[in-house]
Amino acid sequence: MLVLSRKKDQSLMIGNDIELTIIEIQGDQVKLGLKAPKNISIYRKELYLEIQEENKKAAAADVVEFDSIFKK
Amino acid sequence: MLVKTTHFGEIDIKDEDIIEFDEGIVGFEDIHRYGIIKNQDSDSPFSWIQAIEKPELAFAIVDPFAIKKDYDFVLNDEYVKALEIENPSQVNVFAIVVVPEDLKKMSMNLKAPVIVNKENRKAAQVILDTDEYTVRHYIMDELQKQEV
Repeated sequence: MLVLSRKKDQSLMIGNDIELTIIEIQGDQVKLGLKAPKNISIYRKELYLEIQEENKKAAAADVVEFDSIFKK
Repeated sequence: MLVKTTHFGEIDIKDEDIIEFDEGIVGFEDIHRYGIIKNQDSDSPFSWIQAIEKPELAFAIVDPFAIKKDYDFVLNDEYVKALEIENPSQVNVFAIVVVPEDLKKMSMNLKAPVIVNKENRKAAQVILDTDEYTVRHYIMDELQKQEV
């Protein structure tokens, strides 16, 4: 992993079109600003892992007659 | 097209029911082609998507609007572009379902629905920007809310 030190209001570029700026540092929390083309998805890693986890659980399912429980 | 599957045996999936995920499904990025297996009961909101090249991989999916009538979201431009969507009527929306042993705890992922362009059959699992939905909405709870 590349590790770079940056101060508040400093930025770094990832490639030509992604800009990451340190907006605010408060204790152990850092506020980041991101400028990126619209076709690039940005989301918290926890969310990505959460979705991955749910998908893995979904894929492990056996085929069930789950409709029967909805029939009134 | 005849497809070998672990859960359903050998089944015939029509070309029109084959969908292509350029980016795969989160956690299954290498698998791109799935076939939609509709429920025999046409009133059912549930169906399946089966990986074409991986017999053991299938996901239960549900029409989220059948369970949560006010489900509502804005699709980011990046997805509109990637799926070549020109018109909302081209779109089918599904939620991936987790089916645990206790069926009452069956849940659906409304935070990351599967969007299909019916016309070119391009599909994607999209991650919504909103905090209104989570990856785990309990289907029985949602149905009960509907009855109130």
